Amino acid sequence: MDTNVILLLLLVPLIGSLVNVFFGKKLGNGSGIIATVAVLISFIISLLAFIQVNSTKQPIEIELFEWMALANFNVTFGFLLDQLSLLWLLFVTGIGTLIHWYSTNYMKNDENYAKFFAYLNLFIFFMIVLVTGSNLLITFIGWEGVGLCSYLLIGFWHKNQSYNDAAKKAFIMNRIGDLGFLVGVFILAFLFQSLDYMTIKEALMHGTNHQINMWIGWAALALFIGAVGKSAQIPLYTWLPDAMAGPTPVSALIHAATMVTAGIFLITRLNFVFDLAPHIQNIIAIVGAVTSLFAATIGLVQTDIKKVLAYSTVSQLGLMFMAVGFGAYEIAVFHVVTHAFFKACLFLGSGSVIHAMGGEQDMRNMGGLKKFMPATYATFLLATIAISGFPPFSGFFSKDEILLTAFSHNPVLYVIGSIASIMTAFYMFRLLYLTFFKNFRGTQEQKNHLHESPAAITVPLWILGILSVVGGVISLPGNSWLNSYLEPIIVNSANAHPHVLGTTEYILMAIAVIGACIGLFIAYSKYIKKGELPPADEQMTGFHKVLYNKYYIDEIYMKVIVKPIYALAVFFRDVVEVVLSEAIYGLGKIADGLSLQGKKAQNGNIGLYLFAFVFGICLMLYYLFIAR
Amino acid sequence: MNVTILLFTLLVGAFATFLANKTLAPKIALLFGLVAFLETIAIICQHNSGVNAGFTTQWIMNPNIHIALKADGLALALVLLTTMLTPLIILSSFGNHIEKSNLFYGLVMFMSFAMTGTFLAADGFLYYIFWELSLIPIYFIALLWGNDTFEARKKAIFKFFIYTFAGSLFMLVGFIYLYQKAGSFLLADLYNVSLTSQEQYWIFLAFFLAYAIKIPIFPFHTWQASTYEKAPTVGTMLLSGIMLKMGLYSIIRWQLPITSSAAKELMPTILVLCIIGVVYGSIVALKQVNIKRFFAYSSLAHVGLIAAGAYTLTLDGLLGAVYQMLAHGFVIVGLFYVAEIMYNRFETRAINEMGGIRQQAPQFASLFMILLFASIGLPGTFSFIGEFSLLYGLSQINIWYAIIGGTSIIFGAFYMLRMFQRSMLGETNTKVFKEVSVNEKIVLGVLVITVIFLGIYPKPITDLITPSLVEIVSYIK
Repeated sequence: MDTNVILLLLLVPLIGSLVNVFFGKKLGNGSGIIATVAVLISFIISLLAFIQVNSTKQPIEIELFEWMALANFNVTFGFLLDQLSLLWLLFVTGIGTLIHWYSTNYMKNDENYAKFFAYLNLFIFFMIVLVTGSNLLITFIGWEGVGLCSYLLIGFWHKNQSYNDAAKKAFIMNRIGDLGFLVGVFILAFLFQSLDYMTIKEALMHGTNHQINMWIGWAALALFIGAVGKSAQIPLYTWLPDAMAGPTPVSALIHAATMVTAGIFLITRLNFVFDLAPHIQNIIAIVGAVTSLFAATIGLVQTDIKKVLAYSTVSQLGLMFMAVGFGAYEIAVFHVVTHAFFKACLFLGSGSVIHAMGGEQDMRNMGGLKKFMPATYATFLLATIAISGFPPFSGFFSKDEILLTAFSHNPVLYVIGSIASIMTAFYMFRLLYLTFFKNFRGTQEQKNHLHESPAAITVPLWILGILSVVGGVISLPGNSWLNSYLEPIIVNSANAHPHVLGTTEYILMAIAVIGACIGLFIAYSKYIKKGELPPADEQMTGFHKVLYNKYYIDEIYMKVIVKPIYALAVFFRDVVEVVLSEAIYGLGKIADGLSLQGKKAQNGNIGLYLFAFVFGICLMLYYLFIAR
Repeated sequence: MNVTILLFTLLVGAFATFLANKTLAPKIALLFGLVAFLETIAIICQHNSGVNAGFTTQWIMNPNIHIALKADGLALALVLLTTMLTPLIILSSFGNHIEKSNLFYGLVMFMSFAMTGTFLAADGFLYYIFWELSLIPIYFIALLWGNDTFEARKKAIFKFFIYTFAGSLFMLVGFIYLYQKAGSFLLADLYNVSLTSQEQYWIFLAFFLAYAIKIPIFPFHTWQASTYEKAPTVGTMLLSGIMLKMGLYSIIRWQLPITSSAAKELMPTILVLCIIGVVYGSIVALKQVNIKRFFAYSSLAHVGLIAAGAYTLTLDGLLGAVYQMLAHGFVIVGLFYVAEIMYNRFETRAINEMGGIRQQAPQFASLFMILLFASIGLPGTFSFIGEFSLLYGLSQINIWYAIIGGTSIIFGAFYMLRMFQRSMLGETNTKVFKEVSVNEKIVLGVLVITVIFLGIYPKPITDLITPSLVEIVSYIK
């Protein structure tokens, strides 16, 4: 494929963004269309490139120019379209197109309509850079770039300071991870004199020694910290739920389907590095499993529709990390894809609901929306079944693969992952029941306003809903297209070879389905049969309250980290600075005391001081150079 | 064409501006500034095609002093920074009413002349003269046109003057000692002078004192925030954008090659000092109320990292230091201009008294935001090239230097976004904030474009500075 076409794939969203920045105001509704078409073009080119690479098995590489030249290594502006990046490209631009289209309607009354699309296009651009970079630093451009767009879009309604807080928090938390990323980069650059994925891979093919393995371990840990920030894992996950302050299409695109999976992408991209660091892999699996359970427990009791989905995202990402921790990269990628379908569908569905409710996000004030919004309900139902893991919906296959792998690696993590999955089924059906079933609980005014959303919203929902149903076909147990497609990328694919479906596998599958049924049943009996409602904020007690307040983690971070830093800042400003400054004056005063002779001359006349100064220097110079 | 023409242009510009009447003076200064900029570009093109633009002639026989100007890539990069920022700084003040504008702009041009001379000088004596000459205009600019009452600013500015002047005297003593050893002040002779380790040690420290105060390196920075606050914004821009680079440049040009074994010996201590400054400056910045003091402390953090990079004595560290000197120059001038624009509209420098500006002036907000993200080293901006090379250079000495110095990317985001949120976002302020004017857009636009262009394509700068830094590294070894 021609280099220029690949460049087009990359640059069209950037151009779309610039057009919207500079001419957006004049374009009116056109800005949304331009932005959508820009992403669509990228999608079509991605599709063509995918078809080519899928048949030739040869990655497309382009090198533009030298970017950085340091003593021991150079970094070029190069891009690599191989199986992995193309897979990401397909769903980033594909789902991206749908969400752009959706947004043309969702954002249509916003005063900064064009700016929204400028940011959204810019995000797609950086996401493309992230997944197609041929070396770690180009990836890092995308990595930080999507962070920037995330910041801009979370704080899109910047008159509201709590939204700005959320945006700022997301950026800073991500930056903690980014430092990890950079440290990993430094170590790899030191080891291999290159940051090129291919070069590092080849260097590792030639074998390593103990010393190098130790450093690779540290590099893997550092890069994992980067992934933890971007993909919202413990302990850096707290920004993601807050990121729901952004407009809902943003939550769907950035904070569910694409950007947050960048951590999985990075580790999969560098699978040959991580395979050499088994200790770090263990840490990754444990962090993933614990995060999946921890976030799921918080999700059980949330009442804000988007918060439930946010914690669900953190939890699902945890499952993916568990899979990469086991070295089962293909399986993690599989879940990334199916999750992108159903989670995007769920978020867009919740956006449709929020729109119909006039901005209301509390499920306690919803209910009975099924009959007002049949299309939203139907698609939401499909995605809910998918995420809960009922066969033959997509989520069943991908989640089941993860649990099967967990079972063969570490039974404890298997149990943790299974419990998280049962909870997922519960809180998702809880969400579905509270939102769409029983009677409407909102105000009369809201009730009059209820309506099904227009086609620009429901068509993307249907597409994503159907994908959530059938997405599993890309990796059916025993006959996985995805595994063979990714084979050139994954150096050691022993961990995810298609399982021979024996008795154990069928039993585990049955257990998983039973677990999902349990979750569903509990939700049904609580919210449909007994017609319970989550209690009002002030009526919550005990552990329920702790969960509802997210284990008070934000408060703890505030007390233990942020407040002490502020206190230190004040201490430095009011004490250390003053002391240092006075110390200098003190030096001056000592000199003052010594020069009793010159006291008469010290009448405060700066000119005289200066004159004496210069005269003295002249005398000194005269003595040194001329008199001698 | 050699670089004397450039110095001559700036000097003539200074006098022409001074002699002009008050309405014409700013325009004459701008004109000469632009001519100097174009000459710099021409000299760089000439340099790239292999022609030496340097100049050397005997000035005084006894003592043996030369007028020696060395125009290698390193010097030209800093000269480019100076002559590019000078017209922008001049243009940035066009909206303000300035008393005795002929004197004011004359001093600005004279300072530009002296700083350019400092970067070019290849004779220790000449260098020292330029170094001190540059202090005089900024002293008067800050004293006569500064903020606050005369008494309040006199205290701050006088402290700055005496402090930096006193530091420089140690350097002078160092030079005189070197002269006695080498019999010449010429850079090339000083590079080759052989010193005992004891002598190196003392000369290194004498130079260090001068540079540490100028840059400034923690804990020699106490003049900085109050001077930046009290000086008029033009002065602050000259100080932060260009003048502090004189110290950093001098480390690379003079201190390291002449006293390299002392530098190696003292490296750990000095790196620790620099990195303490990075973290300290970042934390102090968090709780600043005055926006100019805020940028002063952010600057302290940034230059601490630059100094650390230079003191790694590695090519990567030096490359990073020079990249970041330039990047920091462009960005900090832009940020101080932003602060000035805010002051002109809202008549306050207190961050907590602003707010809601983005709603009223989206273009201004966008330009500000780009500079802000450049300042925290977002990839795609020139600052990232600098910061990455610096941290990489440090990581090659000891990974912990890179990790602790690297916390500045977290703290930087923290204090910058916090400031941005409080000053620019939220509900609209009751006061009206006018959108950027044409002049303002030009100045900020040029800076933004430069920072982004060099962030994506830094090759022109890389090619310019790498050979001279390789040469310097060879002297260090």
